[in-house]
Amino acid sequence: MADDELIYGHRMSEWTGMGPIMEEDIAYSSMAQDKIGHALANYSILEKEFQTANPDKLAFFRKENEMMNCQLVELSNHEYDFSLVRHFLFDHADFIRYEMLSTSSFAPLAQLSKKIKGELKYHVLHADTWLTRLGNATDESHVRMQSALNELWNYALGIFEPSDFEAQLIAEKIFDGEKVLQQKWIEKISPIIEKANLKIPTSSSPVYGGRKGYHTDQLQPLLTEMAEVISSEAEGTEW
Amino acid sequence: MPVTVFNKEEIHKSLVEVMDPEIPTLSVVDMGMITGVEETVTGVRVKMIPTFTACPALRVIKEMIKSKVESLGYENVEVQVDDSIIWNSDRITPNGKILLENFGLGTPQRHAGNFGLEEIAHSKCPHCGSEDTTMNSIFGSTLCRSTHFCFSCKQAFERFKPV
Repeated sequence: MADDELIYGHRMSEWTGMGPIMEEDIAYSSMAQDKIGHALANYSILEKEFQTANPDKLAFFRKENEMMNCQLVELSNHEYDFSLVRHFLFDHADFIRYEMLSTSSFAPLAQLSKKIKGELKYHVLHADTWLTRLGNATDESHVRMQSALNELWNYALGIFEPSDFEAQLIAEKIFDGEKVLQQKWIEKISPIIEKANLKIPTSSSPVYGGRKGYHTDQLQPLLTEMAEVISSEAEGTEW
Repeated sequence: MPVTVFNKEEIHKSLVEVMDPEIPTLSVVDMGMITGVEETVTGVRVKMIPTFTACPALRVIKEMIKSKVESLGYENVEVQVDDSIIWNSDRITPNGKILLENFGLGTPQRHAGNFGLEEIAHSKCPHCGSEDTTMNSIFGSTLCRSTHFCFSCKQAFERFKPV
């Protein structure tokens, strides 16, 4: 979860200064800031509760095959249509995930999730507004949204790749599991996609691997760029 | 220096002078960020909560609170993020809302956890008081603001969002 937020936050931040209109520039920049904050909060729980390395180390000094983010979030931004559809697909899953975790038996995560889901509400509203607007606007915008949806669909299903700890998480009432999440996600996004006059691809084959450290060739360049500043400083430097 | 006797009231009062760096007319008290002031074995503990998870000003605010309490003569002042309480915009005090408006920001309505796009989109204009406004974007210049436009006075304005 933390890796999803970290990588996706950086992807979103790449729209800073590049947005198609100023409001979108600001929106993506704000959401990027939220995501990176959410990543930090999650890494901080790991450090505090499980004595892992500190958040900076976890974020900037792991190898590509140690990153557990789904591949959906690491893909380059491409054009705005692609970024927007990814934002829609990912943020609905993310929102529902935190909603589910807000009743987790793992108290620190439950508490954080209550906070984060309130913030993600805005991300989801943003995505829904633009998806329905552009899905119903011109022929060109409609075609662009549909082809982005087709292209991203299997990657989006990869969000729900179960980890090796799935059964344990469910048994200990920490998380209801990826299957339940995916089901809730489909129920939530289907009517919105329909309202946007778009169609969910009929054939699907989830892109798994991200949760186990297998990534596309688009992740490493991002990791290199993210760690460029911290790697140029002496170890232990704090800002 | 003699150790100052713990006076909760006095500390609380002093925190009214610690301003939110992003809205410098509003104190951390009016923002509803202070959740407790306690005496510890060796000093004072102030418990506080950030408004947004990704609030970039958190560290600065913690330092400001610490030095304010220290300026009263207290030693061993600890500022702790309180994990037991979650900030929401209902925590902003009535006085805080007046200060927000004076600062030029629309204010969030009380929502008790229940609000949707309609409540997010609708804001009274902080400049002329008109309700005839529209929302341009649910995001703004800081995480806590959305951007709006008033048809009555033809001014753009920002609003502190309901969270």
